[in-house]
Amino acid sequence: MKFGLLVNEGPYTHQATDTAYQFAVAAIAKGHEIQRVFFYHDGVNNATRLTEPPQDDRHIVNRWSALAAEHKIDLVVCVAAALRRGIKDEVLAPGFRISGLGQLVDSGIKADRLVTFGD
Amino acid sequence: MKKFMFVNRKAPYGTIYALESLEVVLITASFDQDVSLVFLDDGVYELVKGQQTKDIGIKNFSPSYRALEGYDVEKLYVDKQSLEQRGLNESDLLVPVEVLDTKAMAALMAEQDVVLSF
Repeated sequence: MKFGLLVNEGPYTHQATDTAYQFAVAAIAKGHEIQRVFFYHDGVNNATRLTEPPQDDRHIVNRWSALAAEHKIDLVVCVAAALRRGIKDEVLAPGFRISGLGQLVDSGIKADRLVTFGD
Repeated sequence: MKKFMFVNRKAPYGTIYALESLEVVLITASFDQDVSLVFLDDGVYELVKGQQTKDIGIKNFSPSYRALEGYDVEKLYVDKQSLEQRGLNESDLLVPVEVLDTKAMAALMAEQDVVLSF
């Protein structure tokens, strides 16, 4: 099955991004495709390479980048939500790109299931 | 064409969900999809008339709901129980809506291809 994921919450504050990541890993392991991960609301904060968690904690941003590199997953950050929160091209971690909400709608149209992670 | 439903569950101010949900609605409408909106729980407050936000220093975006018609977004559904629990009725709302009970709302949700909840 082809999945689109929507992540609506920021890293570390909220479980949503961890659950989305674990869902993606599990889906891929079962042979499904992750068509795109779209980051909206505070979810755009998943995309900044300036993130530096303590060494004994998981690195949420790098984890997304590694997953994208390994499985060619499209990580898209909403431009309007990103600009509001100071996320710009110059701070993007590898594998992320900034684009419009149209990419979320496109996921809804093309994916078999669009799964939301957030409150 | 797919059926997109946007479920609005949060008060209009206090968090950004309601405002950013509206932004997705407008984009989805421009993709010529079948768009409907549901307001339930505190989401019903998004449609209440006479919102005044000057004192909290945040833009009152409620007039945008009146503009939805211009984007051919005309299917607005409000949860009956959520209205009643908050002492509201249809005449308190700034746009025409269809008020549905829980059973009818569930049936409508079951018909959708994509349900996005904000």
